[in-house]
Amino acid sequence: MTRLPALLLSSAAATALTGAAHAQELNALVWCDHTDPALIEPFEAAHGVKVNLREYEGTGAALALLEQSRPGDWDVLVIDGIDVFRAVEAGILAPLDPADLPTGDFFPEVVMAENNSVDGVTYAVTEKFGYNTISYNAAKVDPADMENLATVWSEKYDGRISIYDYYLPVMGLAAMAEGIATADIGPDDLETIGGVLSTMRARAASVAGVVAAQTALATGEVDIVVGGGEWLTAVLAGEQPDLTWTIPEQGAVRWAQSIGVVAGSENPDLALEFVKYIVSPEGQARLATSSCFWGMPANAKAGEFLSEDQKAILRWDSQPDYLARSQLYPAPDADLDIEMQDLWLETLQQ
Amino acid sequence: MTARAERMRGWGFVAPALIWTLAFFVVPFLVMGAMSLATLEGRTLVWGVSLANYAELTEKAYLWRAILVSLEITLTVTVVSVLLAYPLASIIAFRVPPRWQRLALLLAILPFWTSYVVRSYAWLLVLAREGVVNQALIGLGLVSEPVTLANTRFATVTGFVHFFVMLLTLTIYANLIQLSPNYRRAATDLGASAFQTFRHVTLPLALPGIVTGAFLTFVLCIGDYVTPQILGGNTELTVPQVIMVQLGRRADFPLASALAIVLMGIVTLAYLASARWLRLDRL
Repeated sequence: MTRLPALLLSSAAATALTGAAHAQELNALVWCDHTDPALIEPFEAAHGVKVNLREYEGTGAALALLEQSRPGDWDVLVIDGIDVFRAVEAGILAPLDPADLPTGDFFPEVVMAENNSVDGVTYAVTEKFGYNTISYNAAKVDPADMENLATVWSEKYDGRISIYDYYLPVMGLAAMAEGIATADIGPDDLETIGGVLSTMRARAASVAGVVAAQTALATGEVDIVVGGGEWLTAVLAGEQPDLTWTIPEQGAVRWAQSIGVVAGSENPDLALEFVKYIVSPEGQARLATSSCFWGMPANAKAGEFLSEDQKAILRWDSQPDYLARSQLYPAPDADLDIEMQDLWLETLQQ
Repeated sequence: MTARAERMRGWGFVAPALIWTLAFFVVPFLVMGAMSLATLEGRTLVWGVSLANYAELTEKAYLWRAILVSLEITLTVTVVSVLLAYPLASIIAFRVPPRWQRLALLLAILPFWTSYVVRSYAWLLVLAREGVVNQALIGLGLVSEPVTLANTRFATVTGFVHFFVMLLTLTIYANLIQLSPNYRRAATDLGASAFQTFRHVTLPLALPGIVTGAFLTFVLCIGDYVTPQILGGNTELTVPQVIMVQLGRRADFPLASALAIVLMGIVTLAYLASARWLRLDRL
């Protein structure tokens, strides 16, 4: 595969990473929850290093950026759990020794060894998870209606819905509403899923990203966010306790993010220490309650470092039930991914 | 100085601009053009000369629809912005005393001082169901229920117009202020009404400034991602939004490049249509 395409992206990265080879600096390509100083500063202080963080959105953009970078530019990568194999295929992630990872303390359902390893070799470890489900304003809608997906996007809530702007979880929810398991979604199911999406779309006032969906819910523009969850409403709960979420009887889509060491890192030991810090109980508690977005820590021992209020917002005690009733994001192959994306865009343009 | 030395000196003066244009326009454009002819097979980029990405424009209705939506929004924004900016620029140029004109222009461009993204989110709050506009409409008794304004094309156009009226005001003002008042005096002396003076004297002379501002509005608007993404609520997609979707997860740079080339083609047509009046040197 040629390396020319992401020149446009990598020029900025190369500039940003001047000095990346300095021994006491760690360069991490992350999601926004890792940029919280409360998470990063304890690691920097403990190791006497500087962690340079760069946020990204979308696995495709991240992989293009990494493939165009020089070996050693990056040390750590945070990636969607279902896309670890793509990074491994591209030769971006380095193997990890499972003995270094406390997966024995994890919620068993989110260890996801089949996602984090390829051909029996571990390349990443789950660090955080949560649900794409239904967020709503309990003061504006009947909470009982939110327990069934069919009533969520019924005529009763016409114009009061926002849909989370990412096709995989939303199409996963649409599939579950029709009794199709997310892992079983195939080309033949797209017509059925498309029908649900059209209904959803017809009822929706907007299709919104994270900030826009939070704004819409907080300002009363909409009362329901399909595809929302604790990651959407937790940071708003302090000021607006009526903003909450639930997992309906059909279940929810479970998201998970993983972390790994980038192949060719010039600081592999420090990078591994960072990964170990992130999946440690203390690091997990801080990551779970990041100022960018909250989510469940993969390590169950993080509960010892979370307050009762924080655990209540995360629904800590309900996790066994939630985990049992949720299904992992759809993970389509390349061809099905194109079809799903096309269906999503066609629906938005209706 | 010999002729050869003089030529070298001339090249020396031109070289920085030439290198800049080559490095930041010509080369990226060629890379984008080449990329638009490549294909993505599975998740692997395959270089070659294929028109498959352009063929998708005819096969996938949402791509055509995105081009149509982009054109409709851009033309609406351009026309509305011109209609609002001309009177404003005219008042500043002809009615405001010269010593106050600088302050008036400063006030006119105040919105530029705010972050583009923050301004867009501010509009989202203003147009929300419980926002200032709906509260005013209900308070005045014009409507009984909140009207849906946010997350619509209206919101996108409003956000754009707020920004581009300022830009157009500057370009039109720069043109109007150069017009000698003697033209209008002569027209009045010859018996022309205020409207006739505007129609046959001021407007034709102001056309270069109007067209230049309109062209810039068109170019900036049709390629903008932020405003429709924040204010439009994804109720319809423009070309830049579709490009972002192609890049976000699948990294489909070939299709994204083909769409970008199409946008360039539209901008080129707009340039050709307005080239007769364009006076970019007046900016």
